[in-house]
Amino acid sequence: MSDAASNQHPIGIYLKIWLLLFVLSTLSYLVDWYQLQGYLRWTLILFFMFLKAGFIVAIFMHLSWERLSLKWVLLAPPLAIAVLVALMAIEADYTFFNRLEFFDR
Amino acid sequence: MTTETETSGDFTQPGMAGMVADWSGDKEAFNMHWGKLMMWIFLLSDTFIFSVFLTGYMKVRMSATDAWPNSSEVFALSFGGEPWPLLLIAIMTFVLITSSGTMALAVNFAHRGDVRKAVILISITAFLGASFVGMQVFEWSKLIGHEGVRPWGNPMGAAQFGSVFFMITGFHGMHVTAGVIYLAVVARKVGRGDYDKEGYDIVEIAGLYWHFVDLVWVFIFALFYLW
Repeated sequence: MSDAASNQHPIGIYLKIWLLLFVLSTLSYLVDWYQLQGYLRWTLILFFMFLKAGFIVAIFMHLSWERLSLKWVLLAPPLAIAVLVALMAIEADYTFFNRLEFFDR
Repeated sequence: MTTETETSGDFTQPGMAGMVADWSGDKEAFNMHWGKLMMWIFLLSDTFIFSVFLTGYMKVRMSATDAWPNSSEVFALSFGGEPWPLLLIAIMTFVLITSSGTMALAVNFAHRGDVRKAVILISITAFLGASFVGMQVFEWSKLIGHEGVRPWGNPMGAAQFGSVFFMITGFHGMHVTAGVIYLAVVARKVGRGDYDKEGYDIVEIAGLYWHFVDLVWVFIFALFYLW
């Protein structure tokens, strides 16, 4: 069997992570419920988002028990996305500025 | 890192030494079920597709001169005359997380060789996925029919809102739909005993796909609905 890891995990860990994901989802929903705004809102949204994503990938998808080669193959390439996001943020600012400057709105 | 899990199976060594051994040995670098590795590679490519969609959404939203529609109000449901912000989306989120939980249990039971429980749990997962798609259909029809959202404009604000919404949630919904079909096929084949000889890796592979669908929703929920 390719994954000897998962048959040794007790059921409990999945139920705990499941509960944790419920709590984290509720917390991120409460961010909207209480209409938190500005940097506090964005920080909390991103914090809960990455925490949830991390638990899903690490525990549900078993990545934390996989060999290091696979971890690198999966986790290193998405760093390129961070570069894309940064470039597009700069580009968006530029577009926005030009629209205000030349389209009179 | 738990060592008990790594000594069993075909792990060479934990950590960096194992990675060097994997790559330097005159053998395949990833000693695991080929289907599982291929699913991971597919999911990596899918990660890029969704990332590009979400990055495009960011770019379009940041450069829009009209105000972006307030998703908290757009996606509110009224109950007893009072609007509940994002209620349907919250329910959809919980349904999808629950389906991820049942899928994780299904994978666990499949590895223990408890086929009956695994099949039942996969079926529950597929059912929850189908109800997610159902709620999404309701959401889309409400948005198109009552709110008048179109890919080229909407009454609430920036025209780009519609195109981004239909593109991203539509593509995700397509993944969920495909996943429901996939899970139904896997449940049937596992239940029929097609994998009794070669082992139940297929359940874990299907599970990876399903968790990924949940993972993407985490990002859509945070970046599109809550932002």
